Amino acid sequence: MPPASPIAPADAARAAIDRHHANPLELLQVLREVQEDCGWIPPQAIDRIESGLRLPRNKIEGVASFYAFLSTKPAGRYRVRFSNNITDRMLGAKALMDRLCRSLWVERGKVSEDGLVGIDTTSCTGLCDQGPAMLVNEGRAIGHLKEARIDQIAELIRGEVALADWPPELFRVEDNIRRRELLLAEPPAPGEAIDAAIVRGPGSMLDEVKASRLRGRGGAGFFTGVKWEACRRAAGRTRFVVCNADEGEPGNFKDRVLLATRADLVIEGMTVAAFVVGAKRGFIYLRAEYRFLLPVLEAALARRRAAGLLGEAIRGVAGFDFDVAIHVGAGAYVCGEESALIESLEGKRGTPRNRPPYPVTNGYLGEPTIVNNVETFASSAIVAIRGGAWYAAIGTPVSSGTKVVCISGDCERPGVYEYPFGFRVSEALADCGARSPQAVQVSGPSGYCLAASEFERRIEFEDLPTAGALMVFREGRDMFQVARNFVHFFAHESCGFCTPCRVGTQLLRRLMDKLANGHGSPYDFAEIERLNGHLHALSHCGLGQTACNPVLHTIAKFRPAYDRRLEHDEFRPAFDLDRALLAARQMTGRDDEAAHLAQEPEEETP
Amino acid sequence: MSESFLLDGRPIAFTAGQTILQAAVAAGAYIPHLCFHPAFKPHGSCKVCTVHVEGHPRASCTTLAADGMEVESDSPAVNAERLALVQMLFVEGNHFCPSCEKCGDCKLQATAVDLGMDSAHFDHFYPDRPVDASHPELLLDFNRCILCSLCVRASRDVDGKSVFALAGRGIGTRLIVNAASGRLADTNIASDDRAVHVCPVGAILPKRRGFAVPIGARVFDLKPISAVADPSAAIEAR
Repeated sequence: MPPASPIAPADAARAAIDRHHANPLELLQVLREVQEDCGWIPPQAIDRIESGLRLPRNKIEGVASFYAFLSTKPAGRYRVRFSNNITDRMLGAKALMDRLCRSLWVERGKVSEDGLVGIDTTSCTGLCDQGPAMLVNEGRAIGHLKEARIDQIAELIRGEVALADWPPELFRVEDNIRRRELLLAEPPAPGEAIDAAIVRGPGSMLDEVKASRLRGRGGAGFFTGVKWEACRRAAGRTRFVVCNADEGEPGNFKDRVLLATRADLVIEGMTVAAFVVGAKRGFIYLRAEYRFLLPVLEAALARRRAAGLLGEAIRGVAGFDFDVAIHVGAGAYVCGEESALIESLEGKRGTPRNRPPYPVTNGYLGEPTIVNNVETFASSAIVAIRGGAWYAAIGTPVSSGTKVVCISGDCERPGVYEYPFGFRVSEALADCGARSPQAVQVSGPSGYCLAASEFERRIEFEDLPTAGALMVFREGRDMFQVARNFVHFFAHESCGFCTPCRVGTQLLRRLMDKLANGHGSPYDFAEIERLNGHLHALSHCGLGQTACNPVLHTIAKFRPAYDRRLEHDEFRPAFDLDRALLAARQMTGRDDEAAHLAQEPEEETP
Repeated sequence: MSESFLLDGRPIAFTAGQTILQAAVAAGAYIPHLCFHPAFKPHGSCKVCTVHVEGHPRASCTTLAADGMEVESDSPAVNAERLALVQMLFVEGNHFCPSCEKCGDCKLQATAVDLGMDSAHFDHFYPDRPVDASHPELLLDFNRCILCSLCVRASRDVDGKSVFALAGRGIGTRLIVNAASGRLADTNIASDDRAVHVCPVGAILPKRRGFAVPIGARVFDLKPISAVADPSAAIEAR
């Protein structure tokens, strides 16, 4: 049966508003639910939200247009988004997307004339170990795409089969856990960490976290104990604990696996944090791409409420009240930045705030808030059970404990690996069965690109801090196209708040495209280096500050990939008359020789 | 004893809670800026007011002044960064100064002149941005909008109307108005709203007044922006 919008937009909006008690802070959740029910956000729904949440219409439109998974125009009854991460591309995502487009008679980025389907790319969906991957209708992920699977999906869409009736094996997401230490070992019983924290008391529990020297696992590596202490000491009417599950850095998927398999441990860590800082409410900010984990997490929360591990007087301790709500994102990498994440939690556009003040003193609703990564919370639960000194003995003196990394790209066994800190990249490459690797991208596009001579370096805060991603590139991969893919990513994900990032990432994208199109000269190299200086010095947040990293690293280490594109010694303009006629050729359906002005080879987008 | 910091070696007194730029403007010292206005809470988005504090680049509008702080502003290195930002703003929109009614009263143009900008340097983006001439008294020319959000803040915080908001993301960020039709005529804006007059460029203009003051006699025709005590107030008074 066709899934053609069974719910009237105004009714969908009214129901969403009711579910969120007409709370304007829940604007993003209301919009997301309308998107799910209607397939887009029709004007009649916005009318309803305007009156129901008492918000100016342009604020609603401003929020709706910020997030990639919310559409203010009809986007197709089926919305298909192919993951555009380099690992998906290397596995043939582009050809598969073209195949689906041809099969369904739709152009990429457009909606078919009958409104049936829209097909486009999206930023990394976090299924790099089982790519190429796609999302259907925002919330459903499909990995292991092959031609046969694409044809099957085309058939299902053409037949207008409701998503609920698609074969469930399409939506199976694998965990691919390959190496286990603390977090991925046999999990402790629910409540064990909370009980240990209660026995210690909040002050002593904090001392244990400090003694553990646990540092943030999202990549920045701030000391968890210091963060918790600052929040505990900050003046406020109330406090909040936020779990950052907006794992958007391309190549990262370890938080997906932790949430899917260790939800209790993560929520337990949040509860311990709440006990230490005195928070009553917590949030899990779940990235939109992991919407399929929402039922798993809701079930874990319900189970814990029933077991007295969440709610009022946890474990019978008077005043130890804490509960967690899940906030699902809507497609914005920048919301992984903690202050942008808080803005998004408050139902706003995900723009990073001016800092200071920092979230530990002025976070959600201006109150003291700790924001920690999924893995950090899971680790802090282990610290609560085993104690700070025990934990600090694992890893290295500066980097205590373990790190969960996620390996993808050119290797035999992509997946999730947990090591004590201080392991060499070469060790991970051997474990995953890397195929003659020439480069490894550590942590994602904003991290480091290592050449083979650097594979003996170590994953630890002293050397290579990482959010977790190790993307492997074998000999023969074009590292220029890798960098270009990352540059396109940053340009797509810039929030647009500050001038240097909004415009600078576009300028950088154009320069890389210019090189790819054979118009490059040494002048453009100088321009790229100059732009890097400006982006690094002037950008509002880490997105812009690191956007040039992939280019700088690959220029330094894989220069021949660039040199072979320097077809000119002197400056050439980027403008290409023949390319400018592309639209005219498409409109007239011509591609004969007379419809071209020059014959320059066109390179594939990475 | 009041506290002070050094702006290019010149002592600037400040009160607790003031940012570098707020204190500088109060003291009559010039630091280039576009999205900042002394009457509004600092926004920190254009980054043109970037200075070097102890060698580190910081947006002076949002960085709190501290006693004894050494701030470098009018130096070749800092001005080179500002120039690049202004050039980015020029290529991002469609800015044709000679045909703009705001010519001579425009902070973007005046800042560019003051920084010695002789070309846009980068390739122009030439975005497609239709104008909104629907309102009988006001013109909205999005081609010139630099997304400073002063009108957003003024309409919301002073006029109490929220006529303007930012929409979109990244390079697609754009100004929108509060009407289902998307047209300014269908909002409750009035021509004496603060939001109308706070625009530092020529994006929001009263109609039929374009050349009441001839070119050559306008604020920044008479003095460079760096010599105008409070450029925000000076163009608002026009």
